Amino acid sequence: MRKMLTGNSAAAWGARLADVDYVPAFPITPQTEIIEALAGWCAAGDMAARFVSLDSEHSMLTAAGAAAASGARVFTATSSQGLLYGIEVLYTAAGWRVPFVLVNVSRALASPITLEPDHNDVLAARDSGCLQIHAETCQEVLDSVLIGYRIAEDRRVLLPVIVNLDGFTLSFTREPVDIPDAGAARAYVGTYDPGHAVIRAGRPMAQGVAVLGGAGYSFFRYQMAIAADNALAVHEEAATAFAERFGRRWGLVDEYRMEDAELVLVMSNSFATKGRAAVDLLRAEGVPLGLLRLRVIRPFPRDAIRRALAGRRAVAVLDQNLSIGSGGITVAEIAHALYAESSRPPLLSYCGGLGGKEISEAEFRHVVDDLRRAAVTGEVPPPRLLYTEGEAAQMAALLRVAGKETPR
Amino acid sequence: MSDATAYRSLKDLAREEFILPGTPACAGCGGLEALRLAAKMLGERVVYVNAAGCFTLLAGFPYTPFRGSWLYTTMGSAAAGAQGIRDALDVLLARGRMDPSDDVQVVVVAGDGSTYDMAMSSTSAAIWRRLDFWYFCYDNQSYGNTGVQMSAATPFGARTQTTPVTPKSAIGATVDRKDLFEIWRAHRPAYVATVSPRYPVDLARKFETAQRLRGPKLFLAAAPCPTGWEFDPSRTMEYARLQVETGVFPLKEAVNGGPVVHTHVPRKRRPVAEYLEGQGRFRHLFDPVRQDAVIDTIQADVDGYWARVDGRPA
Repeated sequence: MRKMLTGNSAAAWGARLADVDYVPAFPITPQTEIIEALAGWCAAGDMAARFVSLDSEHSMLTAAGAAAASGARVFTATSSQGLLYGIEVLYTAAGWRVPFVLVNVSRALASPITLEPDHNDVLAARDSGCLQIHAETCQEVLDSVLIGYRIAEDRRVLLPVIVNLDGFTLSFTREPVDIPDAGAARAYVGTYDPGHAVIRAGRPMAQGVAVLGGAGYSFFRYQMAIAADNALAVHEEAATAFAERFGRRWGLVDEYRMEDAELVLVMSNSFATKGRAAVDLLRAEGVPLGLLRLRVIRPFPRDAIRRALAGRRAVAVLDQNLSIGSGGITVAEIAHALYAESSRPPLLSYCGGLGGKEISEAEFRHVVDDLRRAAVTGEVPPPRLLYTEGEAAQMAALLRVAGKETPR
Repeated sequence: MSDATAYRSLKDLAREEFILPGTPACAGCGGLEALRLAAKMLGERVVYVNAAGCFTLLAGFPYTPFRGSWLYTTMGSAAAGAQGIRDALDVLLARGRMDPSDDVQVVVVAGDGSTYDMAMSSTSAAIWRRLDFWYFCYDNQSYGNTGVQMSAATPFGARTQTTPVTPKSAIGATVDRKDLFEIWRAHRPAYVATVSPRYPVDLARKFETAQRLRGPKLFLAAAPCPTGWEFDPSRTMEYARLQVETGVFPLKEAVNGGPVVHTHVPRKRRPVAEYLEGQGRFRHLFDPVRQDAVIDTIQADVDGYWARVDGRPA
C-alpha cells in the first residue's frame, strides 16, 4: 500500500507492522503524532499492544526496558529534552541486554529552549549502548523500525535500537511511503522469543544485579561493545533480507553520486536532502562533488566510511551538532576512521543547521570553495560555524529590540 | 485487618524462608528482617523490582538471596519498572504467549531515600494508574547506603552526615519527616500500611489483608538501622519495639484510602526520650547538656498525633 505519510506516521506504522506488545508513552513536541497514532490503533484493536501513558521519559524508558526484560516486544518514542531526561535508563536498559526500538524525533536542546532539529539530543545517547540508525526519509523511518527489531533481537546483539528522524523537517513532512503488507512485515521481524531475559515464576532470574570490582564490570561492558560490533554484520544481513522481501536496500552508509566524486560532503538525517540538491547543483557546474550520508551511527561503521572516503581529494563534514568546546561530533569519529589510511583526504569541519537553521546554497558554495582549495593546497581551514550575513543582520535587529549590543 | 485471619501468633507464620541468609547487609539490619517476614507472605512467585539503596547490594553477581526474580532499575523509577513488568506479563498472558502458572506478583523494594524523594513522581503515577503491585519501603530514615546522609524521612533532631551537630547548629535535622503514609493514602491506594519487624503477626495480617485486594498495596516498614542510628546491632528489636511503644511509629492501615485504622495502639505510651536516648544520632539531645526544648518538641509532636487519633484536641 502506498500512502502519503509524515515521518512521525511512518514511525508509528513501523511499530504497528512489527506487531509490538507494549507501547509506554510520554508526549513531547515534535513526537506526539507517533504516540497519538499508536494510542488510537491500540484503542481500536488495530494493534494487540498495550498502550500506557507514563509520567516521564525516565519512567517511560524504565517501563520499556522492564517490559522487554519480561519478554515483551516494546516500542517507544521521544525527543530532545525527553531523551535527556530518560538517558540514565538508556544506559541501564542497554546494560540489561534487552532489545526494544526507540524512535527519537530530533529537536535541539535547551538552553535556549527551542523546537526545531539538530542532533545534539540523539548524539548525547551515543555512548549508552543503544544502537542508532538515522533516517533521511519517511520511507526509511518505517523500514528502519522493522530492520531495528531484527538487529536488536538478534542473539548476537541484544541491545536497544534508536531510530532517529528530524523533528519538523521530517516528522511533519508528508512523503509517499510504501507500507509493507502486515503479514510480510510480521514474517520479516519474526516473533520475539527471548531465552536470555524473562520474568517467569517457573524460571526465576535476577537481572540487573550489582557487579562490584572492575574486572567483572569491564567484562559486561566489553560484552556490550562486542555485541555492538556484531551489529554491523547483523545490519547487513537484516538489510539484505529486507531488500529481498521489500525491494529496498539500506546500507550502513548511503552514497550519492560518489562513483567519481573527488570532493565529498558528509551529512546525516533529513538535511542530507539539502546536501543532495547541492551536489546536483554543483555537478551541473562541473564540480566533481558527492555526498556520503551517515546512516548507522552506532555501531560506527568505520570500515564502510574509510572505504567511501579514502582516496578522495577532500572531504567536508557538516555536523548538525556542536560539542561545545570541541566542535563537530561526527567529524572526530570520521577522522579516527581515516587516520590509518595512507591516502587520507584533507578533512574539513563545519557546524550548521543547529536548531533547524537553514543551510543555504551560499553556505554549501562556501564549503565547496574550501574543499576545492584544500584539494589543491592540502590546507585545512579551521573548523567553521556556518552563519550567513542575512542571519547575522536579522539577529542584530532582534538584539537591538532586546536592548543588547551586537556582538562582534 | 480482617477478623478472619490465619495469623494469630508467631507459630502461624511460614517456617519456610524466601530470602536466604548470607547477604552483605549490615548486622542487625531491621529493614532486612522486615523484608524477610514480608517474603514469607509473598512466597516465591514474585519479582522484586529494586531502586538504588542498601538492598541493591543484596543481589550481587553471581549471587542472589531471593527465591524469585529480581530486577534492579534506577533510584527514581522502580515503580515504573513494576509497571512495565506487570503490563508485559498481562499482555503476554492475553496473547497466549505465557503460561498462567508463570505469572508473578510484582514487588517494588526501595529505601526511604528513593521513596520519599526521587521516586515520588514515578510511584505516585503508578498508584494513580491503579497498578496491581506491591511497594515495600524499608525506612531507615536516611540515605543509609551512601553513609547516612539526611533524607526526607530523617526525623527532626537527628544527626546525620549532612545535618551535623555543631555549637552553631545544636539540633541536627531541623525539619521533620514527610508523612509518607498520608501522601500515599491521599492517592486512595487499594491498601496502605505501616509495619515493623518487631510485630511480625501484625505484619503478616496486613499482607494477608492486602493479598485479597487488587491494585497498589503499599507498605512502609520500620527499619531500625544500627549503622545509621548508632546502636549495637544486638538491640535492633529493642529499638523497633520502642519506636512503636513510644508512639513514634504508629502501626496502621487504610483500605482504598478510607479511614486510618491503628492496628496496635500502645496502651501506655512510653516517653520518647526512652527511644531517643540510646541512639548515637540523638546523643546530642542528652549530652553534654540535655536539650529539653528539643525533646519536648518531639514528645509534643507524638502526643499531638495520638490526640488526633483519639479525637481529642492536642
